Amino acid sequence: MQIIYTDVLVIGGGLAGQRAAIGAKRRGHDVIVLSLVPAKRSHSSAAQGGMQASLGNCLGAAGDNEDIHFTDTVRGSDWGADQQVVRMFAHTAPKAIRELTAWGVPWNRVQRGDHEITVNGEKQTVTEADAAHGLITSRNFGGTQKWRACYVSDGTGHAMLYTMSNQAIAENIPVHERMEAMALIHEDGRCCGAIVRNLMTGELLAYVAKATCIATGGFGRIYRVSTNAVINEGMGAAIALETGIATLGNMEAIQFHPTGISPAGILVTEGCRGDGGLLLDAREHRFMPDYEAEKAELASRDVVSRRMEEHIAAGHGVQSRFGEHLWLDIRLLGKQHINTNLREVKEICQYFLGIDPVTQLIPVRPAQHYSMGGVRTNHRGESPQLRGLFSAGESACWDMHGFNRLGGNSVAETVVAGMIVGETMADFCDSPSGALNISTALVEKFGRHQQQLLSGISDTGGSESAFELLRLMQETMTGNVGIFRHGERLQEAVTTLQSLQQRSQHIRLRSSAAGANPELVAAYRVQRMLKLAQCVAYGALQRTESRGAHFRADYPQRNDLEWMRRTLARWPDDNAMQPTLEYEALDIMNMEIPPGWRGYGAKDYIEHPDTARRQQQIDSVLQRMEGANRHTQQETLMPFKHLLPPHLRGNNQRLGDEQ
Amino acid sequence: MKQIPVKQLARTLHIQILRHNPCDPQSEPRLQTFELEEADAMTLFIALSDIRENQDPSLQFDFVCRAGICGSCGMIINGRPGLACRTLTKDLPDRITLAPLPAFELIGDLSVNTGKWMRGMSEQLETWVHSQGLEQTSIDSLETTMEPELAEQLYELERCIECGCCIAACGTAQMREDFVGAVGLNQITRFQLDPRDERSDADYYQLVGDDSGVFGCMTLLGCEDMCPKQLPLATQIAFLRRRMASV
Ligand SMILES: Cc1cc2nc3c(=O)[nH]c(=O)nc-3n(C[C@H](O)[C@H](O)[C@H](O)COP(=O)(O)OP(=O)(O)OC[C@H]3O[C@@H](n4cnc5c(N)ncnc54)[C@H](O)[C@@H]3O)c2cc1C
Repeated sequence: MQIIYTDVLVIGGGLAGQRAAIGAKRRGHDVIVLSLVPAKRSHSSAAQGGMQASLGNCLGAAGDNEDIHFTDTVRGSDWGADQQVVRMFAHTAPKAIRELTAWGVPWNRVQRGDHEITVNGEKQTVTEADAAHGLITSRNFGGTQKWRACYVSDGTGHAMLYTMSNQAIAENIPVHERMEAMALIHEDGRCCGAIVRNLMTGELLAYVAKATCIATGGFGRIYRVSTNAVINEGMGAAIALETGIATLGNMEAIQFHPTGISPAGILVTEGCRGDGGLLLDAREHRFMPDYEAEKAELASRDVVSRRMEEHIAAGHGVQSRFGEHLWLDIRLLGKQHINTNLREVKEICQYFLGIDPVTQLIPVRPAQHYSMGGVRTNHRGESPQLRGLFSAGESACWDMHGFNRLGGNSVAETVVAGMIVGETMADFCDSPSGALNISTALVEKFGRHQQQLLSGISDTGGSESAFELLRLMQETMTGNVGIFRHGERLQEAVTTLQSLQQRSQHIRLRSSAAGANPELVAAYRVQRMLKLAQCVAYGALQRTESRGAHFRADYPQRNDLEWMRRTLARWPDDNAMQPTLEYEALDIMNMEIPPGWRGYGAKDYIEHPDTARRQQQIDSVLQRMEGANRHTQQETLMPFKHLLPPHLRGNNQRLGDEQ
Repeated sequence: MKQIPVKQLARTLHIQILRHNPCDPQSEPRLQTFELEEADAMTLFIALSDIRENQDPSLQFDFVCRAGICGSCGMIINGRPGLACRTLTKDLPDRITLAPLPAFELIGDLSVNTGKWMRGMSEQLETWVHSQGLEQTSIDSLETTMEPELAEQLYELERCIECGCCIAACGTAQMREDFVGAVGLNQITRFQLDPRDERSDADYYQLVGDDSGVFGCMTLLGCEDMCPKQLPLATQIAFLRRRMASV
């Protein structure tokens, strides 16, 4: 088996992986990036609507800062997030966007003078200031108090990923494309690279590295209806789980996006609603204000998706030959706006629905969209259990999203996490613990094991079809582990998934094609996807409360008393039929914002006694510090800057600030 | 009473695919036809996935976003390059012929190595912002301003998804392996327009001032006709040629 040596191995060529790679490379380390597909085709390219960063340039963003971004994100998470991580993120996001700006992203800019905008179905005129002219502008998104989503038309992810990839090429970072990490090599709690399969030839090879980073994105394809790319199958999270040592955090926290087009599930961006689009029912009645007086269409995604499904269940859905759906109306935004700011949406409507959104309604229904959970790391992106293993981006759970991610926070997270985790890995490689002593025998052992698994699949003597098992798993997840969850249905899902997992040991391959063999790929992936699906379903079954996107019809309240806890899933025994779950406490006494009402969604929740105590502490600290500037106040309540790499600690300048 | 719509009989599609697996020494390029019942709103993505799942699991093709955004699924569809994921079968006759994009290394069947080609092009043309002291830029301070229309123009050129359709449609690219094609020339015009890039016309001339660059174009316009993003490729190339001719 060929062995390739490098300092840093980054598994994943999306925004997170490439930014982490650039960071480590700039610190003088050799880096190799692996990707299933050419890096620029990673799913980051599909992000449309925007990147959250509190620049505060345009009128709708005036007065924005890290504090408000922090508050919005914590509320969005339904208090599931790690607040120190959210602080690190909100503080670094403006730096991330400014770096990308210098590298070439053509962000839309503020145009001075009068503009017509659409708010609550009404036209208004706003006037942008001369001073802001030419700075980065932003649009409104769900769950935020300010217009904070910076954008490049509705091709934001595309523009970001192309700039990032080009920068990686400029830095001479090799991307080994069409390579799939199949297993992490590890010994005595130390990760030292990965066994990798070449998806063009089928050959296995080994990459040995001091630091290994999983940046493989989300795992939406365990669901039948998903906005995710077809390669989002969670293989990075799965190989971490299969070490039996590393843990996956909050896997039950799955986001459903309100506006997947029906029936294909292809996304149309939240920017549609941010820019003033409305949701209508079968009678073309705008129903969201009936449920959510404060934020209407722009409540957080978990809330809007639930309300939409509730409205359909109440008999207000539009009937179609593909089942029921609702309407998204962007006609009121006008042709000019749609043709410049929502052009990908327009193309998608044209090509997949054969309609023109300038004059016609768009059929939409919530679809799986984002995985809040993933490889558990600390705030620096290190696995607490497996030394030498790191993770960044959607595949990671350093936990800035808790139980619901805000739109636009993910592409921002990928870049911020990349900036931080790249440094963490460089520090690790530079430190004594970075030194690697590994025998080729160990590498060969892991390689042989993968080889055996693959040949095992080729002659199980069974009769199951990998494609069929995949379909059954996806249907189980969409049917039973979706937006509305219930103990019985979840139990049913767990049982079904277990039997599918058993059946997946008896797959029959019809093809023995030379090379990568797509059927073999489907077979080994479905076995691993089933493990992830089990973490989601079983975690959801055990979590007897409702928080963010995890809604239990049989436990409809958020329960802070019992569930201020993060789920950690582990799979210690390869032959086990289910993961083991552990829990990690979230300490309210360390929070900058103790749990409360989010400003939208349900108002009743079961309070924890610490909440009142912490609030009292906070109030008295703030009283004592009256008059101090916001940075000092914040620093006293919950210090976080010491957790950041030194070059990312500076304050962010905004319009009107002194330089 | 409302009339009950008469459901039309579903068509049977005859999908003929140019097959070849270079990993298999026995494999010879051949045409194979699959029959498939058409479904509502069926795209070539759905059709090909169906064939792989139910008829021939060894069939190779590439899809990623399946939404016309990532550029993975370029192929020759009834003689014309296009994105398979957003091609609806209802817009095609019932006999459909699919072949891999020419000019790229074949991985197998409909899968070609556009990634390798595009990376090579990017390295050759240095498709990134060249700016002195980029690493020293303060990321704490206000960003440099840019005219809003200029930002929009840049995005217009940056919408290229490197799918390779323009290369497949290009006469020169079929004859000259080193031709950077419309995809490459368009990227040069994108960086030329960007004030953040400090390269001069003379620098660009070094990169594209010969037959592997802008003077290789025979103005057959296939690139612009076939571009799935409708980029103004021919105009950009003409513009670049004028600028390069005067260097
Ligand atoms: C349709 C859509 C629109 C979105 N719009 C927005 C938006 O407007 N704003 C926002 O903030 N967020 C948005 N998101 C979310 C956001 O795009 C993603 O969360 C983010 O881009 C993920 O980036 P990443 O770098 O973590 O992973 P990805 O970009 O998904 O990259 C994963 C990489 O890992 C590689 N990989 C995976 N498994 C393996 C393996 N086993 N071996 C080797 N390589 C592997 C892949 O090839 C790929 O290169 C959107 C998501 C979707 C689905």
